[in-house]
Amino acid sequence: MKILVVDDFSTMRRIIKNLLRDLGFTNTEEADDGQTALPMLKTGKFDFLVTDWNMPGMTGIELLQAVRADESLKNLPVLMVTAEAKRDQIVAAAQAGVNGYVVKPFTAAVLKEKIEKIFERID
Amino acid sequence: MEKKPDFGEQERLSEQASTLMEHVSNGNYAEAMKVISELNETRDRTLYQEVGKLTRSLHEAIRRFAIDIGTVQQQEEMSKIADASDRLAYVVDMTNKAANKTMDLVEASMPLAVDIRNEAGELKEAWGRLRRREMDPSEFRELYKRIDKFFLELTQNSDKVYGNLSEILLAQDFQDLTGQVIQKVTTLVREVEENLVNLVAMAGKVDRLTGIQHDMKAEQEDIMKGQGPQMNTEGRSDVVSSQDDVDDLLSSLGF
Repeated sequence: MKILVVDDFSTMRRIIKNLLRDLGFTNTEEADDGQTALPMLKTGKFDFLVTDWNMPGMTGIELLQAVRADESLKNLPVLMVTAEAKRDQIVAAAQAGVNGYVVKPFTAAVLKEKIEKIFERID
Repeated sequence: MEKKPDFGEQERLSEQASTLMEHVSNGNYAEAMKVISELNETRDRTLYQEVGKLTRSLHEAIRRFAIDIGTVQQQEEMSKIADASDRLAYVVDMTNKAANKTMDLVEASMPLAVDIRNEAGELKEAWGRLRRREMDPSEFRELYKRIDKFFLELTQNSDKVYGNLSEILLAQDFQDLTGQVIQKVTTLVREVEENLVNLVAMAGKVDRLTGIQHDMKAEQEDIMKGQGPQMNTEGRSDVVSSQDDVDDLLSSLGF
């Protein structure tokens, strides 16, 4: 299971990577915005994408849209982990095809639950 | 900030007005025009004075934004930071360092706890066999040594974890410094805002006096752009206030 963690704050990437490791996911890579993430996704054979929303360059929602529009990536499970808390935004993310949505600040238990739920549905 | 003209000014104004009336009714238009331009000057002067005052208070607000905290060393550190955005960058840097330091220490502590846990698990299993008298003497001698080693390891690891925890505690001292910096920036922002509001009110007066109309379009909020964390979410229906709200919303959308 190879996971890409996208967040513009290195501390948040580190927290998520640590939590993922505790859940048994040790194969993770990082990107600091959508622009860096997209080429990595296209070549890196990732199984799962965890992304923030608010990032310079290319935002998480734009990344999600780009992923869904790409023939080779469109089925990639995407979990949004973000401080964006407007109802309209959550609806927009759902419409763009997000698989899970976690609002910051979040707990390890919530992250675990959402990830498990995503893979339950896929299996 | 509707300021009343002072008494002298008012008197001069009514004087000028009656002079103007006089000139007009006497058909003395050249003189009337002169009075009108004098009136204009009076108006401009009041305006310039107001703008000048505002400019001065803005300058004052910015000048006052000098930090005075703690030790000479801190002052030296802070004096390098000239303006608010630098100060906020300093806050980002401090919080970033503290977060990373904390995570370093946590990551260093976790394997120590895991080691103790694993060894304790194995020893418990061996201990159980001993109690059930399933252990031969050579195994027992091995267990004996192992328990000795475990106690040593337990002491050492606990000391390390304790040390790391106290360092984590100390790493939270950034809150004090960043808190002070943020409070200063907040005060500046508030002052600047007050002065800006006055400036806008002045500009409004200028517009009314000169009859300028602006094509004001309210900026549309783009939800696709990140908005950052929402504050004061209580009682707001456009914002979720917890993960449960998110889950409810998503399940109402068929998730």
